[in-house]
Amino acid sequence: MIGYIVFPTIVLCGTGGELCVSRAMKSVGEAEGFRPAQLLRVAGRAIVEPWMWAGVGMMALAFFSLLGALSAYSVSFVVPVTALDYVAAAFGSVVFLHEHVSPQRWLGLVFVVIGVTMVFLSKS
Amino acid sequence: MILVMILAGPLGNVLLGRGMKHVGPLSLWPLPVLLHTALTVFSTPSIWLGIAALITFFISWSLALSWADYSFVRPASSLAYGVVALLGWLILGEHVSPLRWAGIAVICLGVLVVSRTAPKTTPRNPVERVAP
Repeated sequence: MIGYIVFPTIVLCGTGGELCVSRAMKSVGEAEGFRPAQLLRVAGRAIVEPWMWAGVGMMALAFFSLLGALSAYSVSFVVPVTALDYVAAAFGSVVFLHEHVSPQRWLGLVFVVIGVTMVFLSKS
Repeated sequence: MILVMILAGPLGNVLLGRGMKHVGPLSLWPLPVLLHTALTVFSTPSIWLGIAALITFFISWSLALSWADYSFVRPASSLAYGVVALLGWLILGEHVSPLRWAGIAVICLGVLVVSRTAPKTTPRNPVERVAP
């Protein structure tokens, strides 16, 4: 029963959060290097990006749902099931962004769904 | 950076899994029970180690996104599905059945097929194309 709540939340909020963070990091720009001062400069630029906050908020919700799922199911079951976020992202890009998804990409997503179904069947 | 990403993420999930199994079944209502559950969860060392690993993952993932495309970083991180099953088996002693391994392999195959498509397949707006 808990799976019907936590898995959709992990998938939808996780994907939405990643897209928001991706958008924020594109605005922040590339890190010049990996020295602490350079990393802090990137962090400083990232922290004032509204998209970063929206992304972090959605990812936090996905995180608490992940904790709920991990309390009930094994890790090797929970994490592969979250691969459904590829499918959610494809449908989201078609419905909300009106993007065209190529037949090959749909084929890959069919493989993901088949794989997740196999992982689901392995639960019992 | 990609290597750190595909190791830290699964390690974080495995540690969280160990912590949540330690906590046991969750009770979320009424409010005092929810607070007690939250306190129990966040006083478990494995949870904090898992969070530290996931923060490492998040930083390496964000840095990877600052120099690489999302459409490259996301498929590269799919290797984590295999790594998490491996760590679940090695660290937590989880039974990973052949069907589950096969399912994970099919998921990785699917992600590989998705990643081999052109990054942009949406046709440009015809109006946009004739515009100077």
